[in-house]
Amino acid sequence: MSDARLSVFKTYKLFVGGKFPRSESGRVYEVADSKGNWLANAPLASRKDARDAVVAARKAFGGWAGATAYNRGQILYRIAEMLEGRREQFVREVAEAEGLSKSKAAAVVDAAIDRWVWYAGWTDKIGQIAGAANPVAGPYFNLSTTEPTGVVAVLAPQDSSFLGLVSVLAPVIATGNTAVVVTSEKSPLPALSLGEVLATSDLPGGVVNVLSGKAAEIGPHLAAHSDVNAIDLTGADAELATALETAAADNLKRVLRPRDEDWSADPGTDRLLTFLETKTVWHPIGV
Amino acid sequence: MRRYARRYAHLVTMQTPGPITPAYSPQAAERLASMADVTASDAALRRFLHGLPGVDAVGLEGRAATLGTRSIKTTAKAYAIDLAISMIDLTTLEGADTPGKVRALCAKGVNPDPTDRTTPKVAAICVYPDMVETAKDALAGSGIHVASVATAFPAGRAALPVKLADTADAVAAGADEIDMVIDRGAFLSGRYMRVFEEIKAVKAACARPDGSAAHLKVIFENGELSTYDNIRRASWLAMLAGADFIKTSTGKVAVNATPPNTLLMLEAVRDFRAATGVQVGVKPAGGIRTTKDAIKYLVMVNETLGEEWLTPDWFRFGASSLLNDLLMQRQKLSTGRYSGPDYVTVD
Repeated sequence: MSDARLSVFKTYKLFVGGKFPRSESGRVYEVADSKGNWLANAPLASRKDARDAVVAARKAFGGWAGATAYNRGQILYRIAEMLEGRREQFVREVAEAEGLSKSKAAAVVDAAIDRWVWYAGWTDKIGQIAGAANPVAGPYFNLSTTEPTGVVAVLAPQDSSFLGLVSVLAPVIATGNTAVVVTSEKSPLPALSLGEVLATSDLPGGVVNVLSGKAAEIGPHLAAHSDVNAIDLTGADAELATALETAAADNLKRVLRPRDEDWSADPGTDRLLTFLETKTVWHPIGV
Repeated sequence: MRRYARRYAHLVTMQTPGPITPAYSPQAAERLASMADVTASDAALRRFLHGLPGVDAVGLEGRAATLGTRSIKTTAKAYAIDLAISMIDLTTLEGADTPGKVRALCAKGVNPDPTDRTTPKVAAICVYPDMVETAKDALAGSGIHVASVATAFPAGRAALPVKLADTADAVAAGADEIDMVIDRGAFLSGRYMRVFEEIKAVKAACARPDGSAAHLKVIFENGELSTYDNIRRASWLAMLAGADFIKTSTGKVAVNATPPNTLLMLEAVRDFRAATGVQVGVKPAGGIRTTKDAIKYLVMVNETLGEEWLTPDWFRFGASSLLNDLLMQRQKLSTGRYSGPDYVTVD
């Protein structure tokens, strides 16, 4: 008997509605590491995949937004636990995707897991910094509370395939939004593997939907989609971002413009607050 | 059909059917009277129904699946969407129906998409008998029909006089169409004559004092008939008894309209017209929720029966949520942007 084993290649798939479909279009594209060696074929998502993802995200929104903040925090924390268990795999994928040494890649993955834990802690605290009991001139309680915006389309950063992805995705879902993420085109594999983690972490199907492909192809359909409430343009170049912002204006989406980001820096609450709405209620004081 | 003709030459006088006549015309009654020999006795009727060829289940499902793979795009899709909207029997059959809800549904039927007045109106509003008057008032002058379920819908478990009174009430209240359910218990226990007589009696109860009559749709509840053979028999039985439309299901059980059982009914309607010259309509109901599904059904109608049936007079969808999906697809086609549930009314 020979010692050589047949190689078992992994088929990377999209993550939509808690399932792992191939692209509706049947297309794939070749993903190479930083030196140009072939790594795997990733699905090349089409506009119909984006449409299906939005439907899944909309369907999941009620349950996710309605879950208690504590429960959302527990689920996000669970995701971090699962990431920790798959640390080796992510280190390898990040090292290949970004051309980092093993120790540098490990540092990036650790930072990403830590960031996930950090956002998990914010789920039941964000209401306290963004909400308020407003003083009013009358016998009323006047309370402002935060509510999730809805379905958020996220164009993930092109350069940082994992830490950047986690940094844009976690704040969106932490506050109760559901997300449709378009991965980095060049290095989508860590994002697609993240889908596998999300599927096994009690996260309801459809809360996060991961599409690999070209932001320039899928972005316009998400930006123009009437059932998407906000779009994060981080992964779009300047020209594309302008076009998408124009398309997004049609149904008054919230838009987060791309800017220079240092993914290793402390992220602050900025991204959490971007995809929140404020609801203010007046309640008579029973006197 | 020739095959039936050979086998049943002694039962049915099978001449060339002559000009085609709609099921609700007086000529249709004469044609059916010419078939009286198969419905003369319980034994003759059973012999005829059990003599219908058995259904090739694999072939039927394969055919239905094949017809479901057609790709209908751009202008053809726009045409199909408008056609499907105009064929909808917009339905609300809930215990919690209020006059307000029925009026809201009627307003939606008249003007399905307030942002686009070129949207066609639906074919009919389908309600319970006690809501017919409300619907009739709300639809006055719109040309939209009011369809009422009757005969102890959805179970059909009531005495015949109760069912007839139910029907007569709905007709008196102004219903243009009556959706009756057959007595599945009688059908499944082989008492075909009882079902036949019941349909005839309800058809008679659909008559109005002025000589016209409400159109009669006969619901089989395919999900409860358990075999394809039974669906074929029920189709012929109802058409022989004078149904103007045959309808798959009530929408109240687990299995409603499916492409195979609707295809089977379309084939029965085709064969019935070839045999008798009487044209009968088909209405799948329940479980058709997306534009894609609706277009599959339209393809089946076109391929099985031809263009003559592609009008609201001969083919209907019993649906409620389907309309919203059609409207969203219509908006997508006209604006190029995907629409969402925020842009259609919730009924």
